[in-house]
Amino acid sequence: MSLLDYFRISKPKSADIAKERLQILVAHERAARNPRPSYLPQLQKELLEVIRKYVNVDQDAISVNFEQDDNQETLELNIVLPDYQQENKTINS
Amino acid sequence: MARIIVVTSGKGGVGKTTTSAAIAMGLAKRGHKTAVIDFDVGLRNLDLIMGCERRVVYDFINVINGEASLNQALIRDKNCNLLYILPASQTRDKDALTLEGVGKVLDELSGDFQYIVCDSPAGIEKGAYLALYYADDAFVVTNPEISSVRDSDRMLGILASKSRRAENNEEPVKEFLLLTRYDPSRVKSGEMLGLDDVQDILSLHLLGIIPESKSVLTASNAGMPVILDEKSEAGQAYEDVVARYLGEDRPHRFIEDKKGFFRKLFGGKS
Repeated sequence: MSLLDYFRISKPKSADIAKERLQILVAHERAARNPRPSYLPQLQKELLEVIRKYVNVDQDAISVNFEQDDNQETLELNIVLPDYQQENKTINS
Repeated sequence: MARIIVVTSGKGGVGKTTTSAAIAMGLAKRGHKTAVIDFDVGLRNLDLIMGCERRVVYDFINVINGEASLNQALIRDKNCNLLYILPASQTRDKDALTLEGVGKVLDELSGDFQYIVCDSPAGIEKGAYLALYYADDAFVVTNPEISSVRDSDRMLGILASKSRRAENNEEPVKEFLLLTRYDPSRVKSGEMLGLDDVQDILSLHLLGIIPESKSVLTASNAGMPVILDEKSEAGQAYEDVVARYLGEDRPHRFIEDKKGFFRKLFGGKS
């Protein structure tokens, strides 16, 4: 940086712009490289079978989500159980 | 058994061949019998950087095809008798390289050498894939520049999925970062990505920072690996890289801007 540069109005640093662009780009490309594991549909199907042994749930009552960031992978499992009272009613009637 | 090192980057022109020549020379000068192989079939350049272009008789492809023995094709370096160069073919195309052929040559070299340095071509095509396939260690050569960092990240993905170690579920290829053509004064003024910026994205084990240096061109003009120029910053930086790779603990240099007051004032070039 020369003496004259000190009198110029400061602009955003181009290296910071570069870094920001890179971070977004690389995150996207990494996600594309590591798609959901292939066992997910099978896992979902088998879980449903096990749960149905005990509770009568719908096909879409289970959702399986796979997420990945820099140093960890998260498997999120969400099961919606049927309304307990409604279940009782159907059994009683 | 030899340790196989691939020098890779994805992007061209970042300093793969300069690095291959320097570290191969550095390893050999420290007493390790080393072979350096040019995988850039059709566009060979390692022989020029090593200064042995006029001694090339047979090449890598000749050996793979059984037209010459390994001993006939290997060129002993003029500066170090523990260093050998296996040049690429200039006339064939990259399809002449095969996975089995490369494997056979590396296997044969493994019996006799301690280190095998594979100088990868740019890109992610067959030559680059074959250069990294058998690697134990990868030196990822990166410039502090947006497209180079992106390509390096891409190469890391390929190393983690397509290498022999990945395919066989073995311990993964060890990945090291070499940040080359680094200009601390431009980093300081915010117009070049700094070490921390690059590491925020790649987070690799840093082997060294090679500063932008006129001596790199001077060395390649003369056909002498730059590591032999002990006075130059780039030469010293490569010397550090080799020492660190071999397990020595050396502080990183050439990160800080050390331009003098007057050059700063008048914006002199380094």
